[in-house]
Amino acid sequence: MLLALFSIKCKFTCFNGTLYHKPHNTAHLFYIHLPTDIISTVEFNHSGELLATGDKGGRVVIFQQETENKCQPLSRSEYNVYSTFQSHEPEFDYLKSLEIEEKINKIRWLPQKNAAQFLLSTNDKTIKLWKISERDKRPEGYNLKEEDGRYRDSTTITTLRVPVFRPMDLMVEASPRRIFANAHTYHINSISVNSDNETYLSADDLRINLWHLEITDRSFNIVDIKPANMEDLTEVITAAEFHPHQCNTFVYSSSKGTIRLCDMRASALCDRHSKLFEEPEDPSNRSFFSEIISSISDVKFSHSGRYMMTRDYLSVKIWDLNMENRPVETYQVHEYLRSKLCSLYENDCIFDKFECCWNGNDSVVMTGSYNNFFRMLDRSQRRDVTLEASRESSKPRQVLKPRRVCAGGKRKKDEISVDSLDFNKKILHTAWHPQENIIAVATTNNLYIFQEKVN
Amino acid sequence: MHLVVVVAVMCFPCSSCVFVTFRLLPLWLAGHRDRSRPAMFSKGTKRKFSDGEDEMPDDGLAGAKVASSAYSLQRQSLLDMSLIKLQLCHMLVEPNLCRSVLIANTVRQIQEEMTHDGSWQVVSDSLGVEGSPSERLVATEVLCRSPSPSSTLSEQELERDTEPRLYSLVSYDDSSCREEEVVAEVIEDDNEALCSEAASNVCLSGTMSHCWEPGELRVQQNNDDICEDSRLGSGDEDVDVEEEDEDEEEEQEMSQKESKTMGQVFGTFEIKNGSSGSESALEELFSDVDASYYDLDTMLTGMQSTPKIGPYDLLDNLGPSHGPTSIGSTANCRSDLNELDHIMEIIVGS
Repeated sequence: MLLALFSIKCKFTCFNGTLYHKPHNTAHLFYIHLPTDIISTVEFNHSGELLATGDKGGRVVIFQQETENKCQPLSRSEYNVYSTFQSHEPEFDYLKSLEIEEKINKIRWLPQKNAAQFLLSTNDKTIKLWKISERDKRPEGYNLKEEDGRYRDSTTITTLRVPVFRPMDLMVEASPRRIFANAHTYHINSISVNSDNETYLSADDLRINLWHLEITDRSFNIVDIKPANMEDLTEVITAAEFHPHQCNTFVYSSSKGTIRLCDMRASALCDRHSKLFEEPEDPSNRSFFSEIISSISDVKFSHSGRYMMTRDYLSVKIWDLNMENRPVETYQVHEYLRSKLCSLYENDCIFDKFECCWNGNDSVVMTGSYNNFFRMLDRSQRRDVTLEASRESSKPRQVLKPRRVCAGGKRKKDEISVDSLDFNKKILHTAWHPQENIIAVATTNNLYIFQEKVN
Repeated sequence: MHLVVVVAVMCFPCSSCVFVTFRLLPLWLAGHRDRSRPAMFSKGTKRKFSDGEDEMPDDGLAGAKVASSAYSLQRQSLLDMSLIKLQLCHMLVEPNLCRSVLIANTVRQIQEEMTHDGSWQVVSDSLGVEGSPSERLVATEVLCRSPSPSSTLSEQELERDTEPRLYSLVSYDDSSCREEEVVAEVIEDDNEALCSEAASNVCLSGTMSHCWEPGELRVQQNNDDICEDSRLGSGDEDVDVEEEDEDEEEEQEMSQKESKTMGQVFGTFEIKNGSSGSESALEELFSDVDASYYDLDTMLTGMQSTPKIGPYDLLDNLGPSHGPTSIGSTANCRSDLNELDHIMEIIVGS
């Protein structure tokens, strides 16, 4: 269980909304302040060495981990900007006269197969496969060209030489390798790479499509919940994910609080689920908002593949894949909001989609809340803690202090009352390093990276 | 005397126009509610089971009544908030489908509950609506969407069907409305004045005048089919049998209207081809195609625009069963629309 976390320095700075990344051998800077765009997704790669963030402006920023002492485990790490590129541009749908936002909804890394890194990034309509590669050598000594690229006058060439590779400053290039477009009528909310490393799924509000990473002009529809008459629509797909080990299994969650597990071997169209996970409603908590708060905003398999976690508005539930009728564990994230549901409905906060994540060994789960709070829930020790990601409370090397929210009655010292919570400061996106105890927490426009303190 | 506020909410992307009338109860006029803070119900939104009232002693009845009327007010306010949320569409970006579905489900749920509580009847009685006993208030509806008459409706219902529908009875402080295109008029409680003034001020099309016929207020009740176990009813289903009988026809209507409202909301997300019935085809077609930017010239000159159709043109073209003729003949419009339908099919590649 993480008892002590402190923030670590990140080597980048921001000036007038433009992100400058420093080469790796320069001195440290202390800003952890990202440009004005709102972060919309955060994802570690499979080794944890790279951390990708996507923002509302369609940009992807990748950070690379640098450890103080590579030989020593648990030594201090830093994350520095590795690459920045514009992934998606705003588009206009002429048929519907509507804009297509360039906001990056999800980023998913592919497992590394060679020197280059690959990731999938998606906005509402289009998925792109990006190749991120390093270049630290460049050829010199061409016969026909000058060093700056101009062609030499052929009459001046008197000798032949063999070009050689000479080292240069590290350059990281991102290039789009595939563009998977025009397959979704509705807004894409999830992408998930299959364990076979050849296919991936993309899910929008009503359909899920299966793609092959090499083929961009075709995708297979595997789930379609669109009713014949749109007026009968009462349920939408909110998230979907492939099983981490079984390449035939995936789950998708709905706005009615159900999760369906489907087996692609059963049929080509997986409209009929293999398993349906649903917890019967607690009649004592029934209200007009029951359905809205039961809507699942995120679903994540555990690394082991035995469990899955779902996040609805007020709680996190852990499900055993072998038991469909109820979750094995339920954790309240911010139960004190239950009496405020009406105001949260009025200001639309009730529709916020919080994400959740597992730690490397599936013993702790993490999710965000309001007022820049985030919660870590230890499954094994049945303990939980609320922490805050803010500049004031996160000076470098300073251990994070647990926070408490006072639901009602007398407010103790150091507690915050529910009414003074800032609902504009929400942490929707969090990520956990797959091996180490390093977490990335995204507030509206800042990225915080915390590491477990080791003495 | 009641003050009546007429509000027109334009939704450009799905080119619907909703007229909502608010009748300000003295309770609200007195500034009963504190609007400086977001509305928070002191007791949360837990349902108070009304079957508990039966067991209460007589002296507790008064308290129960107060509690249940507070609950009704809360519920009504929630309904209005939800309807406003549904009508507010972003100009340029497609609205979030998940959010719309959740709000629509909430609205359905509230309406079902209100139907089964008999609250519709109560509400209309308290306002002393004049007219025949069968005239009641209806839920918020998309204007000029003339519903196809159900085969089981009586003649009387049929006659009323062809008239456009009105609006939820809501006590809602204008200052809390968040829409920007609201045109509000405070009018004397005179239905005739309501007609012409609303028509002329809110919509330049001449067809609007017929929308505000006097005594046109009706209550529609939900189809029983819609209410599943999502009902928040107290559990005791002792609805009067005769009430059920006369409600049933209206229930079917209500479900049609409601489904059309929902269709309107979801219509923006999908281009549908060849829906049944030319009228519904018209509606679905126009709810999707277009109209995020209405053409002022088209509207003012009354031309039938083919490539771009503004919301006012849409309102002109729909509702041929309504009295006064629209700008431009209906026949021309229908052939244009069939052509457009055909073109759309080709483009979408059905």
